[in-house]
Amino acid sequence: MKKSKAKVFAGRRYLLLFAVFCMFMLLFARAAQLQLLHADFYNEEGSNRHIRTVEIPANRGVITDRHGEALAISTPVYSIWAHPKTALANPQSVADAASVLGLNKNTLTEKLQKRKDKQFVYVKRHVFPNIANELEQKKVRGISSAREYRRYYPTGEMSAHVVGLTNIDDQGLEGVELAFDEWLHGSPGKKRVLKNGRGTVVGDIGLVAEAHHGKSLKLSIDKRIQYLAYRELKRTVTRHSAKAGSVVVLSVDNGEVLVMANLPAFNPNDRSNAKVNSIRNRAVTDLFEPGSTVKPFLIAAAIESGVYKIDSKIDTAPGYFNVGSLLVSDHRNYGVVEMKTILSKSSNVGAVRVALKMSQKQLWDQYQSVGFGQLTGSGFPGERVGKLASYTNWNKTQRATLAYGYGMSTTALQLARAYMVIANDGVLLPASFVINDQSPEGRRVMSGRTAKAVRNMLKGVLTKEGTGSRASMQGYSAAGKTGTSRKSQNGGYSKDNYIALFAGMAPADKPEVVVVVLIDQPIKKDGYYGGEVAAPLFSRVTEGALRLMNVPPDIINDKKRDLLVARPREQ
Amino acid sequence: MLVAKASLYEHPLRVIYHFLKVDTALFMALVILCMSGLVVLYSASGGDIDAIQKQLARLAIGFAGLLLFAQIPADQLRSWSLWLYVIGVALLVLVLVSGESGKGAQRWLNLGFVRFQPSELMKIWLPMMMAWYYSERVLPPSLKDIFVGFVILLVPTALIIKQPDLGTSILVAGAGLFVIFLAGIRYRVIAVFVGLLLATAPVLWFYLRDYQRGRILTLLDPERAPLGAGYHIIQSKIAIGSGGVYGRGWLNGTQSQLDFIPERSTDFIFSVFSEEFGFIGTSLLTMVYLFIVVRGLVISARAQTCYARLLGGAISLSFFSYVFVNIGMVSGMLPVVGVPLPLISYGGTSMVTLLIMFGVLMSINSHRKLLGH
Repeated sequence: MKKSKAKVFAGRRYLLLFAVFCMFMLLFARAAQLQLLHADFYNEEGSNRHIRTVEIPANRGVITDRHGEALAISTPVYSIWAHPKTALANPQSVADAASVLGLNKNTLTEKLQKRKDKQFVYVKRHVFPNIANELEQKKVRGISSAREYRRYYPTGEMSAHVVGLTNIDDQGLEGVELAFDEWLHGSPGKKRVLKNGRGTVVGDIGLVAEAHHGKSLKLSIDKRIQYLAYRELKRTVTRHSAKAGSVVVLSVDNGEVLVMANLPAFNPNDRSNAKVNSIRNRAVTDLFEPGSTVKPFLIAAAIESGVYKIDSKIDTAPGYFNVGSLLVSDHRNYGVVEMKTILSKSSNVGAVRVALKMSQKQLWDQYQSVGFGQLTGSGFPGERVGKLASYTNWNKTQRATLAYGYGMSTTALQLARAYMVIANDGVLLPASFVINDQSPEGRRVMSGRTAKAVRNMLKGVLTKEGTGSRASMQGYSAAGKTGTSRKSQNGGYSKDNYIALFAGMAPADKPEVVVVVLIDQPIKKDGYYGGEVAAPLFSRVTEGALRLMNVPPDIINDKKRDLLVARPREQ
Repeated sequence: MLVAKASLYEHPLRVIYHFLKVDTALFMALVILCMSGLVVLYSASGGDIDAIQKQLARLAIGFAGLLLFAQIPADQLRSWSLWLYVIGVALLVLVLVSGESGKGAQRWLNLGFVRFQPSELMKIWLPMMMAWYYSERVLPPSLKDIFVGFVILLVPTALIIKQPDLGTSILVAGAGLFVIFLAGIRYRVIAVFVGLLLATAPVLWFYLRDYQRGRILTLLDPERAPLGAGYHIIQSKIAIGSGGVYGRGWLNGTQSQLDFIPERSTDFIFSVFSEEFGFIGTSLLTMVYLFIVVRGLVISARAQTCYARLLGGAISLSFFSYVFVNIGMVSGMLPVVGVPLPLISYGGTSMVTLLIMFGVLMSINSHRKLLGH
């Protein structure tokens, strides 16, 4: 018994030692396999996990008005994103994130469940840095934050159409933001970073490419005048329950857009309630028939072509006129009138008579030379060209209707630019939304004499006898033209829907600004003529603009003269 | 006696070692291991001095326990075996009734002044009990004795599984099985048991908890759940592999320092060590472990009493199994069970029990001489 016992133990002792030794060898072999044979593979796998190349976001450039006042700025925000599988494996993290972000825990979980095969899911975009910090401190797993920039528009809806929009990824969508996207957005950089197991960046390893921040952009808009114009436009549109409205103010010297206000507008800082039709910049995207506002160019064409002289007389009796099947009529019979009366009374019969005496080419030349049916050169996204058919295709009716602004279409900006020719003694300039370093090269499209003559005639529109008397101002003289155009509907013209227009310039003798006012579909019972609806708005906007631009008043009544004239000091 | 006396004057340190009744080589190896443990822990805890101080305090308690147990003759321990076992089982029951929970399991017992895991104590008290039982019997054991041994073994194992703590229960059961094996169970009986185990494996599979099944499946295919259980294995393998030959250097392990390794100061501390010290470091560490195990087995083989021999062998093999299971799990060869790397991982009770186990080994070694041949 004793012998067999010793034998058992002796055998076992060696077997045991052998087994232990073999198993240790197994551990050595495993270490060698991982650390010697496959070290490179695991090294790379490791690097894949903790070294990441990430984008350095580039700050989008600031958009300012002509005086450097901010219209669009970028503020740093954080976007919270999740790796759904990791997040779902840590329900506490999801709960923490939901409470910090103010989301419903169940909704968030559901959202992650639905996208659990994705590597990247946004949880909430554009949260303030303090919230991102709070989340960071909770040490949540599977949910991280990324720095981004959010666009903020200090002037809100009043300049929304011009400045435009960016999407949530900081790309220009509309307006100047789109037109100058490349200039503004800069280029994001790249850097290699060290990430820890929770996905948090813990250190930089090196820069791959530097971020180039976007350049700032100075617009020609004058925030103060823009605000004034927007406020007045809103008042008018509300008062006349109009569908829409636009105001354009151009600087005569250089074609820069000082004001472009539209209604309906939207708040670019919170687009959740923005309606689609409130987003477009109507002053450049919406076409209308200019109606009587086109007549000054008809008169200019008549004088330029030599068919009429400045003091020629035209017989408008008996106050109506048949052109084929078309009946052209005036409010009453003005009899034999001067050219300027055609403008001040807005006589359609007179205008048609003048047009029919000229060749088709002469009229078309003048219209298209001031920019009708052409782009304004502003480069604004979505700008419409308008329509001015070639004279070779005109029939007699068209020839007649073109004399008082039907059968063609234009935009508010195009119309303002055309009026700038009259204001600028016959020189056409491109319209611009940014301040140009050099003054743009103009093109003479009308003689200075003709331009001045037409401008003088247009002063008559604002007199007591003219259709635009309500466009006159206290301190400044002005020249302009009313327009009331029927909106085309179902292939014909509507009897109830009108566009009320006023286009003009001030001060009359040396214009600084050209102003176009458009009110779309004012309610008929409160008046719908350009002289009733648009002219008063022109008066308020223009006077305000000139005052803000420090243009000295050129009309001084006696009382004011006494105050202004310098008296010798008593000694 | 004479041999021992002659060696007394060979080296002054020997005097101390002899007086303390410790085995010089084993003691030195343990100190080296614990010191390297502190070095890795400093890195794995991210330079947490507080953790180092706590670990140092545990080491102090552990080494005090080692020295204390080295003074107690094995015969003395033998007479306590039954009672310690009974107390241990009672404590395990108490844990289930009024234990403290942590990480989804009820493992802790709070005695007011100290908080510990009774299951850790069972790692030494169970083999003591079983060594006592078999030292009273005729060896090799009869089938009846084997059956009784299994009952002794299964009671605490079942209680620990219930907590649930699969890792510790396997180690405790392992310690008991080593005693049965060392007691001289016949190979054909072993073969029958292995056969039975394989036959009932599908049934056992049925009794495993979901997460435990998941861990086994994950071992076979870590990519099955790269973000769940598999994540630990994948990350750990990456860390070990990234170490290469020389390692990334102390405090420079990217995977470990960057929070990619889960439980990096406890169960997965080997990954941190391997990444920072490379194949050379891993080999040296494994050799220290190998030396300790072999030295323990040699001491046990030299023991005179059957009790001491069984207990010493079981202690040495248990220690070996901890090392093997931990490194095997961390390097992706075994399923992930919560087993710390002995004497290196951060953690209290296991550190103290392990050192006490070595105290028992020391006692077996030193008291042998007093008995004489």
